[in-house]
Order: sequence, then structure tokens, then C-alpha cells
Amino acid sequence: MNRIVEKINLSELVVKLSIEAPEIAKKRKAGHFVIVKIGKKGERIPLTISQADEHSGTITLIIQKVGTTSHKLAALEPGDHVTDLVGPLGHATHIENKGTILCAGGGVGIAPLLPIVEALKEAGNKIILVLGARSKDLIILEDEIRKVSDEVVIMTDDGSYGQKGLITKGMEDVIMKNRIDLAYAIGPAIMMKYCSLLTKKHAIPTIASLNTIMVDGTGMCGACRVTVGNKTRFVCVDGPEFNAHEVDFDELLMRLGAYKEEEYSSFKEYSQAIK
Amino acid sequence: MISENEGSVNKRNEPWRQELRSRLKAKERSLIARVKMPEVDADERSKSTVEVNIGLNAEIARREASRCLDCVNPACIEGCPVGIDIPRFVKYIEAGEFLNAARTLKETNSLPAVCGRVCPQEIQCEAKCIYAEKMNKEPVAIGHLERFAADFEQQSGKIHIPEITGKNNLKVAVIGSGPAGLSAAGDLVKMGYNVKVFEALHELGGVLKYGIPEFRLPNSIVDVEIESLKKMGVEFETNIVIGKTLTFEDLKNEGYKAFFVGSGAGLPNFMNIPGEDYNGILSSNEYLTRVNLMGASQSDYDTPVLKGKHVAVIGGGNTAMDSVRTAKRLGAERAMIIYRRSFDEMPARKEEIKHAKKEGIEFLNLHNPIKYNADKDGRVSSAILQKMELGEPDSSGRRRPVPIPDSEFEIAVDLVIVSVGVSPNPLIPQSLSELNTTRWGTISVDEEYLQSNISGLFAGGDIVRGGATVILAMGDGRKAAAGIHKYLQNGFGK
Ligand SMILES: Cc1cc2nc3c(=O)[nH]c(=O)nc-3n(C[C@H](O)[C@H](O)[C@H](O)COP(=O)(O)OP(=O)(O)OC[C@H]3O[C@@H](n4cnc5c(N)ncnc54)[C@H](O)[C@@H]3O)c2cc1C
Ligand SMILES: Cc1cc2nc3c(=O)[nH]c(=O)nc-3n(C[C@H](O)[C@H](O)[C@H](O)COP(=O)(O)OP(=O)(O)OC[C@H]3O[C@@H](n4cnc5c(N)ncnc54)[C@H](O)[C@@H]3O)c2cc1C
Ligand code: SF4
Ligand code: SF4
Ligand code: FES
Repeated sequence: MNRIVEKINLSELVVKLSIEAPEIAKKRKAGHFVIVKIGKKGERIPLTISQADEHSGTITLIIQKVGTTSHKLAALEPGDHVTDLVGPLGHATHIENKGTILCAGGGVGIAPLLPIVEALKEAGNKIILVLGARSKDLIILEDEIRKVSDEVVIMTDDGSYGQKGLITKGMEDVIMKNRIDLAYAIGPAIMMKYCSLLTKKHAIPTIASLNTIMVDGTGMCGACRVTVGNKTRFVCVDGPEFNAHEVDFDELLMRLGAYKEEEYSSFKEYSQAIK
Repeated sequence: MISENEGSVNKRNEPWRQELRSRLKAKERSLIARVKMPEVDADERSKSTVEVNIGLNAEIARREASRCLDCVNPACIEGCPVGIDIPRFVKYIEAGEFLNAARTLKETNSLPAVCGRVCPQEIQCEAKCIYAEKMNKEPVAIGHLERFAADFEQQSGKIHIPEITGKNNLKVAVIGSGPAGLSAAGDLVKMGYNVKVFEALHELGGVLKYGIPEFRLPNSIVDVEIESLKKMGVEFETNIVIGKTLTFEDLKNEGYKAFFVGSGAGLPNFMNIPGEDYNGILSSNEYLTRVNLMGASQSDYDTPVLKGKHVAVIGGGNTAMDSVRTAKRLGAERAMIIYRRSFDEMPARKEEIKHAKKEGIEFLNLHNPIKYNADKDGRVSSAILQKMELGEPDSSGRRRPVPIPDSEFEIAVDLVIVSVGVSPNPLIPQSLSELNTTRWGTISVDEEYLQSNISGLFAGGDIVRGGATVILAMGDGRKAAAGIHKYLQNGFGK
């Protein structure tokens, strides 16, 4: 049982929770995630550790409400407990000074991107960050991002903030004006797919952090498998970061839909139950 | 009450046993027919999670126990990896001293209610019983009797908790709460150590919980055994991944002096054939974990599970049998085993195969999938199977399956469960670069005490053997506990 100490609503759909987890706070590095379960009958879902404070023994999770478990988590208040929390899982991001790094964060993907950008910046890289969202009110963590980036480009689908257009358009502009040594893409699978196609065209090595469905997160079930470079890899123990140009994104997109009907009916039941 | 006389060498000559032997002639004993385990009707059970085997009642158990000849040289004991004193516990049953029978079991086996249910007795203790080896008759039903005695103790509420004397205040960490870890913890706590078990998942029990289904091994049975360990003083902590949440270094700093790794063979194998990543194709570990650990088949649990009308399970082991019978229980119209060899080579327990047949499972033996097709949403819709025949025996001694040319055909499936073995969980070896492993990824240990190349770090169960059995894992746990004891009592050196 881990106690929630703080909760901030970042947008209508996104909340930030600080949770007591001293061991995890001590161990975690950028790129790590945890698995969370709410209630005895809850589901296990993976969430990136967005920030951690070793001193106060807390970690921060940023959660986008999509289905039953993320809604349940977002409904918890300070003082409430998360039933099960395990981590840090996955491989930490490989951090080194590469030169100029283009980071693309889509939607809630900004949350997992933030600690990576912090670490990359600290290692001496120049950071150009392109942030994409559907509209202004879905943009999160803008201040935090600006603090650690040399340049920030904001793209919204509806033009309500920054420039109007898809994230790839913002990235392309940056690529035209700068020599980019490495790119990161974190966000919805469909966004990562198109970011990866773009950087491939420009021969920029690119890393994506994959958000597959998971169950145990310890390499035991194979639910998280993806094809990378024609090989089957498990995101929880081999990832979550991979060479984006080798990832079979179409397969990833297909597999994310595997439980769509079941998830929808679970969410319907949950929504009715809380009414 | 017959007094328990622990430590005596030849318990066979105790008066109560002599008296018991004289009650019936060996000839008469051998004429009694072996008991048939009563089971829930196949139609009824294949619609629920009720345990298939009902268990013996006292009268029937005593009759079965009276078949045992209380042999001078009981070969059955050699067939048991943990060396249970089989004739003694069986004779206690015959005498009606069921609690003493349970205690006898627990001297060497901390999970008898589990082993009585899941051991492959037909190739272990029962295979060595004189009835089977020399008399060409059905062996004494040692497994059924073991379950009877252990269940009797559990239900009596008089579970024997050994008194722990001579606590030595040395801390030992056990990694993994499967049968290997539980049995190591049980032995170590009895020797006076402060034992803490760390488990990565949110539940204790390893495969006993997340793998083996309720209809074969109810979770409550495992919980009772874990409770007993807690009463003996074993501490448990869930949601801790050793190598991630805590490292061996951390544990050393917290004062742990020795380690037992029983982290199991968690990593599922796939066949790497075209189409295997379509939706609706999953490992048996994922399928069984969703259902058994996450409660996915019950509507008030959040975790979903895919249900199939036409379900194909690839493989012939216990895991395959558990998956296919689970699929049947979740409403499959056709639940099929697809196995590339014949019935004779199937590694599953014979009883499970028998039960599966009765429940209407179809067996496509000598068949192997070579490709899957999917519908437009990427959900598997059919499998291409190839027919096989048996060739020469391979290195495992089993006849090798060879494909029959041009024998491919297509069958409709909407759920495929791949059950073709597991590999050792890589988390621990990954986190300890100096640890020696084999080329299969298992941890290398010495045979006598199961110590790895890192002094003070012992390992056993599936992480050392690859996929094996519950009782072998438990035997390893005991062996390593003895090794740890020796290691710690010899002044912390190797
Ligand atoms: C390593 C890793 C790190 C992650 N970090 C974060 C994070 O920091 N913040 C965050 O909000 N989310 C993160 N995710 C995604 C998060 O795990 C899912 O959003 C969550 O599992 C959804 O659970 P649910 O019960 O609320 O929704 P469900 O009912 O399970 O799903 C609702 C809908 O979301 C889709 N979906 C299901 N799982 C995923 C998924 N993994 N990714 C995208 N869509 C999915 C389904 O197709 C469905 O349509 C991460 C995923 C991974 C693998
Ligand atoms: C479906 C199925 C059916 C089976 N049926 C039978 C049967 O009928 N009879 C039989 O004899 N055998 C059967 N087996 C095999 C038997 O279950 C295994 O051989 C046995 O469980 C191995 O025990 P173990 O203790 O080595 O590992 P496991 O039972 O696998 O337990 C290992 C535990 O360690 C935990 N762990 C792993 N890594 C870490 C870490 N880094 N930190 C903390 N914890 C960790 C895991 O989460 C797990 O709980 C079956 C197996 C399966 C999968
Ligand atoms: S533990 Fe297994 S092998 Fe040993 S006697 Fe019991 S059933 Fe037989
Ligand atoms: S070999 Fe068979 S008959 Fe003899 S003691 Fe063992 S169980 Fe009894
Ligand atoms: S989540 Fe189960 S193997 Fe990765």
C-alpha cells in the first residue's frame, strides 16, 4: 500500500499524483516505469515515473484518463492508497552527450519525456523540444519543459496554441534549420509511427518509448511483445525504449486494440457504477 | 494417540506398525482394488472452477492405505524427490491417525496438500511402488493419500506449527515465493534463521497461484500453507523485484547474510512462425495469469481476457492442459490441443490428460502449426497445421516428430494459446553481471548445496532447471537451505 501525498489536475484528462514509494524513488532513473494496481480486483497497468524525490521518498506519476484503471487512479485523493505499486521496471534511458537532440512529445507522452529531457540536458545536450496536442487545454507540463529545453515548439491540431498542425510538421521545420544528432519520440503509437517515418527519411537515429499492453511487467507473460528488427522483444524487460526505425508500429497499433471490446465494457460498467 | 518418536531410525519396527501389519496378510492386501478418485461430473465441472477431484473420505482412504505392504525396502521413497517416509504416513492413515500422517509428510515436504494434487506420481513415487514395479498391479495411490492427510490437517484446524527453538538472529533472504522459495524459507526458519521472502508479484505462491488453475489446485490450499509459514515466523514482502526495487547490495547492507534465488522460469517461448503476433494469440502464461491471478473471467474484476469459440492450444505439457481446460470453462465450443508428438510422449500428468478427454477436449496429436491468418482487424482467424509422424528417438529419448510433406490444412481458430515451454526469468542474472549462467540462461550451481559462483548466493527450482516440477523445486529449496545452513555455520566462508 502506497499513500498518495499530492494530487494536481493538469488538464481535464490528465492528473499528476505524488505517491510515497521511498525504495522506488531511490532507485529510479529516467525511462523507468512502475506497475500500479487499484483494489483487490484491479488491473495492473504500467505508468512512467515522471519525477522522483529521493529526499521525501515520493514518485510522481502523470496519468491520462483513458479507461477503467486510469479513471480509478485519477479519482483517488491525497491520503488514499494505491493497493499495489511495483518498480522501477524496464531499462533506464541511455544518457550521453550526443550534441543536439530533437524530442517529440505527443499528448501525455510529455510526462515520460520530461525526466529523459532533464537527464539529457544535464549530460550537456542541446534540447529542441516539439510538443504536440489536440488543443491548448491538453498541453501539460509546459513550464517544466521550458525550464530544461533550449528551444520549445508547440503544435496544436486546432491551432488554439502555438502553431497549427501535426507534431511532424513542427519536427520537420526544426530538422530543416538544425543539425540533429538524435531524436526521441514519445506519445501515442500512431504519433511515434509518423515521427519515426519522418526521422528515417532524414536519417536521424531515433528512439521511441513503447506503450504496449502489459500484465506482470517482469517478462513473464509476453503480453507486451513487439517486433523490433524482425525479432520478438518484450517491452517490459527489453525496453521500453527501442530504435524507432526498427519497430513494427503497425503491429503495435493492431495489438493495442486487442482488448478494445472488453475494455470498453469494463469502462461502461465502471462509469455506471460511479454515477 | 500413538506417540511420535522422531529421530528413530527404524520406525518400521515400532509396535503399532508391527501390530498393523499383522492385521492383514500381504496377499489379502494385494487383492484390494486401487481406489478411484471421485470426481465432479465432467459436464458440470467444465462449466465452473470447482476442483475436479473431490478427495477421498476417511473410510476409503484407510482402505487404500491398507493396500500398502509396508515393505522392508520401500522403493517408493526413492521415487520421491524429497524422500517422504511414505509407508509411515500411509500406515498412520490405515491406523486412523490422520494428523500423525500429516506430520510425517511435513517432516520433509512443507506443501503436501499441493504435492498430493500436482505431483506426477505416475513417474515418481508410484512408479517405484512394489505393486507397479514387481507385481504388475496398480500402485498404492500415494498421491491421493497424501492429499487426504494434508487436507484432513488443514480442515481440522489443528495445523501443526513446529516450535522454533534456537533463533540465531542471522538474516537470510529468499527471492521468489514459488515452491522452491517457500520450501527453502520453511526449512531455514526451522533452523532458527530470520527469513524474509521477496516476491515481485502482488500475490504469493508463484506458479501455484498464477499458473495452475483453481480446478486443479485451489488458491485457498496454497494460502493455508503460506499462513503456516507466517506463523512459523517467515516474513513476506510482495511487489519487490529483486535486482530492480532492491539489489543484492541493498540486501547485504540491510544485514542479509545469505540468499536463495527461486525466481522461476517465467519467460514464455514462442515458435516464431508467421502470424504469431496477431491479436488472439498469446502465451499460456499470459492467459493463465489473466484468469488465475487477475480474476479476468469474473465480471467484477477489471482485467479482461479474450474468449474464443474455437481455441487451439499448442503444446502437450501441464501448462497446455491447464490452458485448454480453462478455455473450455470459459465457454469454448471447440477446445483443442495441438501437439506435434503422440499421446505417449505427452509430458502432462496422465490424470490431466484423462480429465481433459472426459471434458471434451479435442486432441490433434501429431500436428504442428506453421502459420496463422487473421481477419481485417488483426484477430487470428485460422491456423495452418502440418501433419507429423514420429521418426528416430532424439537426445531426450523421445521419438522425433517429422513433418509429412504436403499435409498442410487450415482450421478456423479465434484464440490460440502458445504453450511450448518457458525460459528462465532473466531479471536476476541481468542484475548480477558476475553471476555464472549456462547457455540456456539458467543459474549455474554446485550439485551438493546449490551454491552459485557468488559465495552465499544459492539457487534452485526452475531458475536452475528450466521448466521442471513443483516437487523438484521444493527439493532444491530444501537442499539449498541445508547448504545455506552449512555456509553460515562455517564462519561465513566457502
Ligand atoms: C512503459 C509504459 C509507460 C506508460 N506510461 C504512461 C504514463 O506515464 N501516463 C499515462 O497516462 N499512460 C502511460 N502508459 C499507458 C497506460 O499504461 C495506459 O493508458 C493504461 O494501461 C490504460 O489503462 P485503462 O484501464 O485506464 O484503460 P483500458 O481500459 O485498458 O484502455 C482504454 C483504451 O486505451 C487503449 N490502451 C490500452 N492500453 C494502452 C496503452 N498501453 N497505451 C495506449 N493506449 C492503450 C485501449 O486500446 C483502449 O481503447 C504507459 C504504458 C507503458 C507500456
Ligand atoms: C500452468 C502450469 C502448470 C503446471 N503444472 C504442474 C504440475 O501439475 N505438477 C508439477 O509438478 N509441476 C507443474 N508445473 C511446473 C511447476 O509449477 C514449476 O516447476 C514450479 O512452480 C517451479 O517453482 P519455482 O519456485 O522454481 O518457481 P515459480 O513457481 O515460477 O516461482 C517463482 C517466483 O519468483 C518470483 N520472482 C521472479 N523474479 C523475481 C525477482 N527478481 N524478485 C522477486 N521475485 C521474483 C516470481 O514472480 C514467482 O512468483 C506447472 C507449471 C505451469 C506454468
Ligand atoms: S511429494 Fe510427490 S513424489 Fe513425493 S510422495 Fe508425495 S506425491 Fe509422491
Ligand atoms: S512400495 Fe508400495 S507397498 Fe511398498 S511401502 Fe511403498 S507404497 Fe507401500
Ligand atoms: S508485461 Fe508480461 S512480459 Fe512484459
